[in-house]
Amino acid sequence: MKKHGLYTGRTKMADVVATNHTLILAMPRLGIALGFGERSVQEICHEKGLPVEFVLLIFNVYTFDDYLPDEEELAATDFGPLVPYLEASHRYYLNERLPHIERHLLHVAGSAGERYGTILKCFFEDYRKEVVEHFESEERDVFPYMEGLLHGGQKVERLPSHFADNHTDLVDKLKDLTQILYKYIPSEGFEEELNELVFAILQLSADLEKHAVLEERVLLPYIQQLERRQADEA
Amino acid sequence: MKPKIQVLVAEPSDIIREGLRSLLDEDDFVLQAPLRDLPLDAPQRIARQQPDVLIMNPTLLNKPSRMQLVSIQQARTSMVVVALVYEYVEPELLSQFKTVLDIREKGSRVAQLLRDCCQEEREEDEGYELSERETEVLVLLAKGCSSKEIADKLNISVHTVNTHRKNITRKTGIKSVAGLAVYAMLHNLVVG
Repeated sequence: MKKHGLYTGRTKMADVVATNHTLILAMPRLGIALGFGERSVQEICHEKGLPVEFVLLIFNVYTFDDYLPDEEELAATDFGPLVPYLEASHRYYLNERLPHIERHLLHVAGSAGERYGTILKCFFEDYRKEVVEHFESEERDVFPYMEGLLHGGQKVERLPSHFADNHTDLVDKLKDLTQILYKYIPSEGFEEELNELVFAILQLSADLEKHAVLEERVLLPYIQQLERRQADEA
Repeated sequence: MKPKIQVLVAEPSDIIREGLRSLLDEDDFVLQAPLRDLPLDAPQRIARQQPDVLIMNPTLLNKPSRMQLVSIQQARTSMVVVALVYEYVEPELLSQFKTVLDIREKGSRVAQLLRDCCQEEREEDEGYELSERETEVLVLLAKGCSSKEIADKLNISVHTVNTHRKNITRKTGIKSVAGLAVYAMLHNLVVG
């Protein structure tokens, strides 16, 4: 089934990022870098050895809020690179985005006075811990299970039932932090630092939201599809 | 008893006006004399009649009078203006309305839809200050109590606690317990 308006293999890569520049930040996780020339998505995927349908799925999920692949599309997509992509996303959030936010937050905490500073730092530290725990549990329990299903030789017995429980919580907390920054932190004398911090948080929160869609509404249904198929074969 | 909802309909079609009248033939609605178009003195009439809801065909705004929705709304700011839609209307125009009533809407849902809009409007009117009870709930949440524990402490039902929580989130824009704890600390409701 052909869907209108979505990116296709023939869309020029430069046009993709022109319509959604936030994808520039997701592309390194796929091993794609700027300097596309006039090449299309499928040309670049072939060069990089990436399955075109998979890359398009990522681009479309990130760009079109109400886009979700249907059963047929899921079945027709090579999800080999999905777990490496999700793992790369985890590394990116932990090693780049959170430290980036932390730098700005420490600036703001330093300028806002001790009372505000302490509260902000505590909130952020708790948040970071929660993110680390969340990612660790996925990498320990969910991803090996998925890889087992994909490549045979199942390593994990079954999917932990709590998967996808606290994705919304991770996004909500970031949004709450922006609300607090908008409303309750006096910014006199460090307005720009506060703006920088807010934008850094908004960017991560938008990225995490799409990450959650990929895990909950693409990875999970795909796992269920694979499980059904295995059950049918057994 | 709940206050009655005063409804004004502005719609050129007799058939549709009559249809609406019969769908809203319930105890909590009062239908004011309808308008067939938007006369120049529509804002004055609205200011006089004080309807809670104006159900209006948005194409009336395109008629020669070129009446602006904003001048109608200004006549009574707390009035919910509902677009009654049965032909194509520019999304830009439609987005100015509080809500859209599609002509294909189930008849049985129309009355409830209007009640919900009025309810929302009333809640927004209450402002964003936390009530005393909400503040109590917030403090207990910030201290790490569950809804059940809060219900026991305050001698209210869990359902009521959850209603308070919903209102707290609507008023503060903050959803998570961690965020509410920060709110409580910043407002000196708890000691950090």
